[in-house]
Amino acid sequence: MIELRDVHKRLGVRQILAGMTLTVQKGMNFVLMGPSGSGKSVTLKHVIGILKPDSGSAQVDGQEVPAMDRSQLMTLRKRMGYLFQNGALINWLTVFDNVALPLEEHARLPKGELDDRVHQVLRLVGLDHAAAQFPPSISGGMKLRAGLARALVTNPEYVLYDEPNAGLDPIISRQIHELIARVRDELHVTGLIVTHSKACATECGDRIGILENGKLGLQGTVDEMLHSDHPLARAFLGGSAD
Amino acid sequence: MNPLAHIGSFALRRADRAGYVCDLLVRTVLCLPRVRRRWRFLLDTAFNAGVRTLPVTMVVAAFAGAILAMQTGIELRRFGDTAVLGTITALSMCREMGPFITGVILAATVGSSIAAELGTMTVSDEVTALEVMSVDPVDYLVLPRMIAMAVMCPVITVLSDLIGIYGGSVVAEFNLGVSPTLYWVSAREALTSSGMLLPKEVYVGLLKSFIFGVVIATVSCAAGLRASGGALSVGLAVQAAVRDSVILIIVLGFIVTWFFYFLAG
Repeated sequence: MIELRDVHKRLGVRQILAGMTLTVQKGMNFVLMGPSGSGKSVTLKHVIGILKPDSGSAQVDGQEVPAMDRSQLMTLRKRMGYLFQNGALINWLTVFDNVALPLEEHARLPKGELDDRVHQVLRLVGLDHAAAQFPPSISGGMKLRAGLARALVTNPEYVLYDEPNAGLDPIISRQIHELIARVRDELHVTGLIVTHSKACATECGDRIGILENGKLGLQGTVDEMLHSDHPLARAFLGGSAD
Repeated sequence: MNPLAHIGSFALRRADRAGYVCDLLVRTVLCLPRVRRRWRFLLDTAFNAGVRTLPVTMVVAAFAGAILAMQTGIELRRFGDTAVLGTITALSMCREMGPFITGVILAATVGSSIAAELGTMTVSDEVTALEVMSVDPVDYLVLPRMIAMAVMCPVITVLSDLIGIYGGSVVAEFNLGVSPTLYWVSAREALTSSGMLLPKEVYVGLLKSFIFGVVIATVSCAAGLRASGGALSVGLAVQAAVRDSVILIIVLGFIVTWFFYFLAG
């Protein structure tokens, strides 16, 4: 379970998080929405220990993340995947090598087993055919899928998705949403998803929370949020899918 | 902002940057036991640092040697002592000019490329991606670059020294009327007459170039890893990497020479 309690964070002169409290139960996808600059990505970075809160608590499975030393953080991160907006692939490695990187660094698998595992996740995201290509030569959607494969290759318990459909067309976006839902349903991975997209929130999420003034202004199940008259829910979830 | 606060803020930023570079150097040295895992990337970097910069380094070294011989030869001719031109050119190239030229060229070519590459990786979240995969960016990105530069800078320096001495011989023969035999005998004697295998000048030059290689790699990696924002910050990182590397090459070059020829005798 991911749990943030009364987290405050200031970056420079801006108070980004001001009393952020959030709980993500195991096996569910929690979607975090909010205006640009409201602290969605900052929230993710607290969960994985890239940022430390000025005050408050960030816990994963009852363990306090900010209090972890380097080796504890490494252990935690091996149980987590992180999908960046643009995939954040290493440009000089092929798609295969990018996906294999976490295994090569930590898993010490025999070569054949490692290859099988990488091809397995590449098939899951529909990228087995592009294994030998380099990131600059593939599309944005393929980069995201490769990033997702890299996040999944170590069999994580949690995946944090940072705007998984930013800049993608509706067809590719839908493919990514389906993948995120499959990851939850088939691999039982818990997800925390940051997005602006109503389609992403409703197709991937179990619960939706909307950030306002540095904390969750509103949260509920997808149905509750879709039928809510709250201005925040209307602003982010009203109207057409995107 | 009042001038005093401005100066204070500038000094703090400089101290912060220097502290980061020193910290990065220590962290990289601590990663040395893991270097065997990076050999493939290390060879790539060594190839880029060495082979690709070789043509420009050789051209500059040849002309530097020629200029050195010309400037020295003009004065020596006034005293009728051009016989020692080979000695002076050879020792000056090995001790000072070879390492300096190589360092500056590597800072401008490889250093800038390292800063741009790591800067782009930093601003596009690739470095953060390594961190969240529990891959230490220092181990993965900095270590192979530093070792490649520490090895290749002395290797290129040796070639620069030789080409520079040759450049000097051309000027000696065609402009100063020194016979090639006299020039090369004088140069060879200077480089072999020591009680050690090679004269002190060669060892000091190689030590300098090793230090320059480490400095260029560390400063350039630090500049790239501290980039934040977008393309503008990558440009600023490249600028800082080249500027700081060149300043350090000059200052450290002076300190090493001073240490070996004045402090330690």
